[in-house]
Amino acid sequence: MPRPAAVDLEAAYQASGVGPVLEQLDRELVGLAPVKGRIREIAALLLVDKLRMDLGLRAQPPTLHMSFTGNPGTGKTTVAARMADILHKLGYIRSNHLVSVTRDDLVGQYIGHTAPKTKEILKKAMGGVLFIDEAYYLYRPENERDYGQEAIEILLQVMESRRDDLVVILAGYADRMDRFFGSNPGFRSRIAHHIDFPDYSAGELMAIGERMLAAQSYRFSPAAREAFARYIVARMQQPHFANARSVRNALDRARLRQAVRLFEGRARDLTAEDLMTIDASEILASRVLGAPAA
Amino acid sequence: MRLTQGTFSFLPDLTDAQIGAQVAYCLRNGWAVNLEFADDPHPRNTYWEMWGQPMFDLKDPAAVMYELAACRKVHGGRAYIRLSAFDATAGWESLRLSFITDRPAEEPGFGLERQEAGGRNIRYTARSYAANKPVGERY
Repeated sequence: MPRPAAVDLEAAYQASGVGPVLEQLDRELVGLAPVKGRIREIAALLLVDKLRMDLGLRAQPPTLHMSFTGNPGTGKTTVAARMADILHKLGYIRSNHLVSVTRDDLVGQYIGHTAPKTKEILKKAMGGVLFIDEAYYLYRPENERDYGQEAIEILLQVMESRRDDLVVILAGYADRMDRFFGSNPGFRSRIAHHIDFPDYSAGELMAIGERMLAAQSYRFSPAAREAFARYIVARMQQPHFANARSVRNALDRARLRQAVRLFEGRARDLTAEDLMTIDASEILASRVLGAPAA
Repeated sequence: MRLTQGTFSFLPDLTDAQIGAQVAYCLRNGWAVNLEFADDPHPRNTYWEMWGQPMFDLKDPAAVMYELAACRKVHGGRAYIRLSAFDATAGWESLRLSFITDRPAEEPGFGLERQEAGGRNIRYTARSYAANKPVGERY
């Protein structure tokens, strides 16, 4: 069969349905420029590979095992949950499912328990994405008889030999993941994409907060919005700041305070507007903005 | 003599791609896929050994093919391997599909024994030639 002389990249792009996926990602996730950039690269590669195959050129499916590192609350788990969807739409994985596990799901409690357990999880994840949260717990250097090492070996073997069948995503805090990769060099080299999740800026956190509220049918009053912007800046200076997670916790507390305020003023009738609106007082009552601990 | 037990047994052996497609069909229906092997092919031998555990909650046939490859490495060519799909929904709770994926290179078949009983009655027994040898030397 003669090779077609040329292929139409634009037409292939339109036909693949990748565009809407990337747009949706841009729309729904705030910030995270490096992550979006990498996903764009992967999408481009998969598309070009498909075209190469059409022209009869050799195209080896790329390795898509990934590691997500970053501070608490930077969206690692959220993006991983999206990843199955994205890779499925890009046509890289066969089924749109994500198996999310931690050490307990992989490592057994006695000799001979670990291998079947790890293999069972791997089998469940085949065709989709296996997400290992806080992967560094797999390796416990202080205990040389720890079964984690066995799980790691099986993982590595399957990651290598069954590249077409599953995508493994490891996630964890940057410094500990570095130490984990340092002591398991095989892992580092088998993972093609090391993606670092940057901390959010104050503006991005504000946008995230508004989205969280909108998703739960709440909104800020103008004064509350201004107070929350101040809250974020103050909270970022404090210890144990966990990016989007801190924002979510703050909003959860604000909702509690709002419920109390509505409850105490229950003499009058409430409108839907009342039930939706977070007032400045709910934000200002926070310890972070200097209010006494309530 | 070719053993004809289970679905597809009068067809040529399924290729891996065809097995995978059957497994995909089973998984789409929510059935749990199991692998079993046996070296005694007698039709009334319902107790086949299980390879690993029944595989629940799978999403993709690749997992079954992975186990099938592992099973073949140990038993391939020296035993029958069959794949069965179990439907756990209430009212069924039984196998919905079962077929042989691998068979020994040579299948000696069955001999028919006649036992003469009282009153010129004849009792018949089917005996697998392979099962005359001890376990481990049958194929």
